[in-house]
Parts: sequence; structure tokens; C-alpha cells
Amino acid sequence: MTVLFIVLPIALVLAAAGLAAFLWAVRQGQYDDLDTPPYRMIFDDDEPALHKTQQRSSP
Amino acid sequence: MTQAAYKPSARASSQHATGCTCSHCGLTVPKGMVDAMRKQQFCCMACESAYEVIHGCGLDAYYRLRDKAAAEQRQAKPTDAQRLSAFDSDKFHELYVRRLDDGLCATDLLLEGVHCAACVWLIEKLPRVVPGVIEARLSLREATVRIVWDPQRAELSQIAKALGTLGYAAHPARGGDKRGVHLAEQRAMLVRLGVAGALAGNTMLLAFALYTGMFGGMEQRYAEFFRWISVGLGVLSLAWPGRVFFQGAWAALRTRSPHLDVPIALALGVGGVAGAVNVVVGRGDIYFDSLTVLVFLLLVGRFIQYRQQRRADDAVGLLFSLTPSHCRRVVHSTDGDADGESIESVPVEALGLGDLIEVRSGELLPADGVVVQGQASVIAALITGESRPVPIAVGDRVCAGARLAGATLRVRVSAVGEASRVGKLMALVQRGMSEKPPIIALTDRVAGWFVCAVSFIALVVFVAWSVSDVALAVDHTVALLIVACPCALGLATPLGLAVAMGRSARRDILIKSAAALDRLSKPGRLLIDKTGTVTRGAMRVEAWQGDMALQPLIAEAERHATHPIARAIVEAYGDQELAAAQRAMLCDIRVDRCGVSARLGQGQLRIGSRLYLLEKGIAIEVSHGKQVSDWSGLGCTTVYVAIDDRVVAMIAVGDAVHEDAKASIDQLRRWGWEVSMLTGDERAVAMQVGQAIGLDASAIAAGVSPEQKLEVVTSRLGDERAVVMVGDGVNDAAALASADVGVSVSGGAEASMAAADVYLARPGLSGLVELIATARNSRCVIRRCLCVSFSYNALAVALAAAGLINPLVAAVLMPASSALVLGLAMHGQRRPRQDLETQGATR
Repeated sequence: MTVLFIVLPIALVLAAAGLAAFLWAVRQGQYDDLDTPPYRMIFDDDEPALHKTQQRSSP
Repeated sequence: MTQAAYKPSARASSQHATGCTCSHCGLTVPKGMVDAMRKQQFCCMACESAYEVIHGCGLDAYYRLRDKAAAEQRQAKPTDAQRLSAFDSDKFHELYVRRLDDGLCATDLLLEGVHCAACVWLIEKLPRVVPGVIEARLSLREATVRIVWDPQRAELSQIAKALGTLGYAAHPARGGDKRGVHLAEQRAMLVRLGVAGALAGNTMLLAFALYTGMFGGMEQRYAEFFRWISVGLGVLSLAWPGRVFFQGAWAALRTRSPHLDVPIALALGVGGVAGAVNVVVGRGDIYFDSLTVLVFLLLVGRFIQYRQQRRADDAVGLLFSLTPSHCRRVVHSTDGDADGESIESVPVEALGLGDLIEVRSGELLPADGVVVQGQASVIAALITGESRPVPIAVGDRVCAGARLAGATLRVRVSAVGEASRVGKLMALVQRGMSEKPPIIALTDRVAGWFVCAVSFIALVVFVAWSVSDVALAVDHTVALLIVACPCALGLATPLGLAVAMGRSARRDILIKSAAALDRLSKPGRLLIDKTGTVTRGAMRVEAWQGDMALQPLIAEAERHATHPIARAIVEAYGDQELAAAQRAMLCDIRVDRCGVSARLGQGQLRIGSRLYLLEKGIAIEVSHGKQVSDWSGLGCTTVYVAIDDRVVAMIAVGDAVHEDAKASIDQLRRWGWEVSMLTGDERAVAMQVGQAIGLDASAIAAGVSPEQKLEVVTSRLGDERAVVMVGDGVNDAAALASADVGVSVSGGAEASMAAADVYLARPGLSGLVELIATARNSRCVIRRCLCVSFSYNALAVALAAAGLINPLVAAVLMPASSALVLGLAMHGQRRPRQDLETQGATR
């Protein structure tokens, strides 16, 4: 069971990576508006050209 | 926005149905507009051009989406060209536009009429409608759109115009700095939440292993390893996300005000230190799993409450954007030509002393000044509370915030911003807010003696156990302090309040501070403003008795008079069509001091006050008397219409009392509230209104200036009973800010909305009753939570005192009690209306 001494720190590093991703998303403003995105995703992507411009993240 | 909502239905009923509906807004198309040759029909030009834009850009999917969403359809509303030009002024760009690095510009606009998924789709397709717009992102909750555009290719006014054509009137989103602060705060809370969650989860996993080891046995080196990692994660959790509780407790201790953070910080501190020591020493229990979960859950509760509060605060702040922020400045051109003057639209902030401004009928005066040209009346209801219009002429002084009626005026600006009368009132508001004593919520008050009781019991337990074994005594005392943490309460209270605030917000009651709910739950003193709060706040036609066919004729005759009552009649009936033959019958219109007369075919039409008719020798029948006294009971003035010597119709015009006012006040009194009315209006008017809502003369203070209102409020403060001020005007703002709870009502001035704790976004006083019902209900819920939470604490403390508690028992007890209290908090909230009905049924 000595493997625990290696596995546990690795698990913690993975958790830290997940946490870092979350913090990055928060600082990017991805949690600022929780009401509009649910609607946005139901629209059909009928215009690929337009879709490209819309993918710019909000400044 | 209410007006916009009413308008379509009025149109639909006033025009003859043709069975044909508008292709854009779905309303009935008036006969004259039907074009049999076309497939699409439109009710007005605005809808037609909206359709052309949408169709022309290949965005017909909007109509499909909208039908799917089954949302309310709306009429297109073109934006006033004058107002649009302001979007391009330098001052506007300085105030609201951000320059991005790549030469693009970005701004936030508040849109009227955003309501469904189809709106999101259409607005975000703006780059196809206006070339030069790079991106449009709509926030559905705030109804704001962030626009990024290329200033080389498009002007902002073009963009605003396009939005207006599509049916969304655009306004610059004001209060951006405050929203920015909120956003930063929310992000910080989310970061803490995420960190606390990750740490709690991992500590729990380690705890599972340790608990299993407790029963099944575990090698010492693994246990040691797990304990060391637990302590690392736990201390990190206490020091980073958990720091807010220590900071809160420290602030509470420094100001000597009780706060729920104190017992929480006590438990976290003692648990953290004892756990760390135990790990270093290598013996004893550690409670880090409970502590980290505690930090996480408490933060969740606070985050949800904060979101609700921020939602209300932002919604009120964004309403400011709808108030006019632009005015017309008269500029003389430099070539000395007498006719060389032009009018430009500038933001109010750009006005300077001595500027000449033009104000049109129905607009608000942007600054204090002296009239240099024109003659009109001003309605200063928002500033002084006086509901009747005051006539003004050249040379008179006018105040910012008053509404102009009748004609266009030119005003020389004498004071702007902070120097104006409104500005001075705002300074009083600022002072009132800073001097207002903080409200200590029920749970915080309880927390005060809770800390004392727990410390005392801990001392007793320590002394009792140390007789046999000091080390054991320390262990038991630490366990007691940890399990005595009122975590269930700390979680349930914010959640309960958030649920109450969220439900209220859906019913148009925006609560900006949770503490206000606590204050409103016990009966206190209620001070109500008259104009705009008890009454509607503007002269308008309230009732009509007589032949309906006369209405357009009367409006036509009254068009020639400038009196506010005449204007109210024109407003009410002026849009009805008058047949050409009828118009021809009406001639020789004469405007008198108290009435209007005209020849109507063979007869003589007279419209005016009772006095006017009596002067002309027309008798008023006794049968009319009852109606007139009913109307005057509502605070209305009666206008009589006579043909020859017979009264044929009567119109009630006035600043009428809201229908629900009396019932609401009666209900509040039944709940034990002491209601009185404060008004800047004349005594006679105040008494009439007071009578209509059932107030005694002693409960009415008339002719009160804004400063006196503030005095009345402050003189009643400092008592057990809360002082609640309800008002709408600038004149109430200072009083609203210093009262225990300030409630601002729909249609009010910006200043009062900013100063108040609660904003009722619908007219009438029924919202106030609902608000107080909600407050009473949430107090019940919090009490119930208190009881359950304390029973758990009592049980846990008893176990700890007996030495029967260990980390596993604590880890099971804590979430169990939290879940129970949470269930109570979420489901204990009855809907306000049901609450009202049950209240009524028991009486």
C-alpha cells in the first residue's frame, strides 16, 4: 500500500488542476451571466460565417 | 415600460377590428392600413420598417423562434431622432464608451422590451443588420447588450436606431461602476466557493479513509500521512476561503455588535488550532472534515443570498438609465446672424452655468434656472410633493427635476449638479445613509448570547473534566466548541432570505437589503408620502359619465386650452377619430378662465368647472351631486359638459387615490402598524386624500418640506418600533435614506430609488402589504430554523459534555441538522398571496 504515498499527491495535483480551471473560468467572466447562455445554445447554427464572429469571448 | 404595455391594448380596442393581424406585432390592423394586394399587413409604419429590416437581412427565423417561445409580441417603436444624436456626442463617448486595444469601441446599452429567447437571437444577429458592428452579446437578466463596433464603419447612433427599429429602445446603461464592483465581488465569492468546495471534498475523502481505519484498523504510518494531508488542506481552507468569517467576527468584536460570525469563527479557530496541535503531537482527534465542509456550506448560503440582493440592486440601478440623461442646448452660431442658432443634444453632465436650454412639454428640467422665453406650468410633484401644476412665466425660477407641462420653455441655467436644489437634497440623502444605524438581524442578536452561553458551558465542562484528567478535559472542551457552531443556522438564514427575496422579485418587489425584511416583520411606524404613493401622481381623467360620442368633440375643444386639466382630457380622448362633419360643426372656440365654450351646430357647448357653468346660468341637477361627491372623495375635480343649458356629461379629473390604497392601509393597521401621511401638498388636498384612505386628521402632516420630512423621520428613530418611510419623490429621498427601512414606489425619482432599501416596481400600495407579509413569513421561517438549529446544538453540546462525541459523530450530526434546517427554510416559505388569504380567512 506504499503506493498511497505517490497516488495521493497525484490525486491532489489533479484536484488542483480542476480548481485552477474553475478559477480561470471565473476570472474570464464565464459565470457572470447565467441566464442567457441556456437560450443561446438552442439556436440553430445556420450561418457558419456568422458563428465564427460570435465565438469571440466577451471583452 | 408600463405605458408601453398598456398602449397596444388601447389601440386594439379603439380601432375597428378587420380580422387582419399585423405581420410584425400581431395586433389588429386598422382598416385604413389594410393593403389587399400584399401578403404582409402592418398596423403602423414602425412595424412595417421593423419587418423590412428583419426580412431584408434574412432573419425571418426570428418570427419562428418567437412563435415557439409563445412570448408576448411587441410593437416596433422608433426612437426619437433628437435623442439618437446624443449617442454620438463626445461627452457620451467619454462617459459610456470604452476603447478597445484594436481600435474598436465597446459600450453597454439597456434595452426596453427584451423578454425571451427570440430577442436574444435577434439582437445577437445585429452584426448582420448594421455593418460595422462586430459583436452584440445580450444579458437577458439585466436586459443589457454589450456592443463591440468599429467606429470607422458605424456610428453608435446608427446602432441605437437599428435597435429601436427592431423594437428595442436603447438607453446608455448607467450605474456601470456599481455593477462592476458587484461583478468583481461576485467573482471573488465564486473563487472562495470553488476553493472551499475543492478542499472540503478532498478532506472528506481522507476522512473516509480515517474513519474506516477507526473500525478496521490502519497502519500507523498511513494514518499519520492522511492526518498530515488533512491538516494541510484544512488549514488552507480556514486561511483562504474561511478568512471571511474571522474578518467578520473581528469587525463585530471591534464595533461591539453581535454577529453570527463570532460563534462560527470561534468554532473554526478552536477546531483548527486543536486539530493542528493534535496532528503535530500525534494523538487526539482532528475535525478538519467537518470544518472544511462547514466553511463550504456557509459560503454557499452567503453566495446565494448575495446574488439575490445584487439582482435587486442592479435592477433598480438600471432603471436609472430610463430617466432622461440628455437635454437640448441652444447654441448660437458665431457669424452673428440673428437666426443662426441651433439646438444640440448634450448629456446633462455637460451643462454649464449660463447655458441656454430648451425644455419641451412633458420633459423634466435638467437643471435649476430662470425662464427666459415661454410660458407654461411646472409640476413639481417629485420635488415638493405638490400635485397641482404651478404656472410660470419669463423671469420665474424653476428647479431641476420638475416636469414641464403645456409649452416649450427656454431656460438660462443657474445651477447644475450638486449646486442645484436636487443636488443639495442628494447631499442630505448621502448623510442620511451614512448616519443610519446598522440593523442587527434577529440571528445576529441571538448569536450574542449564544456565544456567552457556549463559553460558559465550555468552562463548566472543562473544570468538571479536569478534576479527573486535564488532557481529556481539553479534548472534550474542543469537541464541544466545534459542535456548538451554529452552522445550520448560518446556512439556513441566508437561504431562507434569498428565497423570500427571489419570490418577491418575481412579484415586482425588489429588496436590496435582507436586514430590511427583518425590520419589516414587526409592526412599527409607517410614514407614507401622498403624491405618487397613495395617489397616482399626475392629473388624468379618472371617470366619464355621459354619451361616449361626445368625447372626441370635447378633446377637440379642449385642445385650445393649456390648463393641465384640459391637457389631461386631450390626452385621454384626443386620439379618437373625429368625423369631418362633426369637426365642421364645432366652431368659434373660446377659452375662458375656468372653461371652454364653442358653438356646436345649433347649440352652445360649454366645458368647465361648476363655477363656470353657474356663471353662465346653467343649473346643475341634484342627481349629479352624488356622483360628484363620490369623485371628490377620491380626490378628483369634476369637469361639467353642457349643451345649451343642460349638463350632458361629467368628467372626473384628478390625481386619484389608488384603488387598493384603503384596503392596503386597513390591512397594515390590522397587523398593528401605525400609519401616518407626510406630504408637501396643501392641507385641503391632503385631508381629502386622508379621508379617502381612512386616516385621521392627526395622522396627516401637510405642507412638509423635504428637510422637515427628514426631521420627522429622525425624531422618531431610535425606538424599538421600526420607522418605515414610503415615498416616490426626490423630496422623500433624504427621509427614505435615514428611516429604518425606506420603500420607494414605482414611477419615482431616481434619487428615491437609490436611497431606499426596497423598490416596489408596480404602482399602488398592495406591494407594500405583500412586502410586509413576506417579511412576517420569513421571520416565522427563521424562528423555526433557530429552534431546530438550537435543539441540535443542545444535543451535540450534551453529548460533548458527556465525552461521547468523536469526529465521526460530529460529521454525521452536522450535515443531518443542516439538511433538516435547509428543508425548513426552503419549503417553509409560503407564497405571499396565500399568506394574505389565510390571514383574511382567520378574521
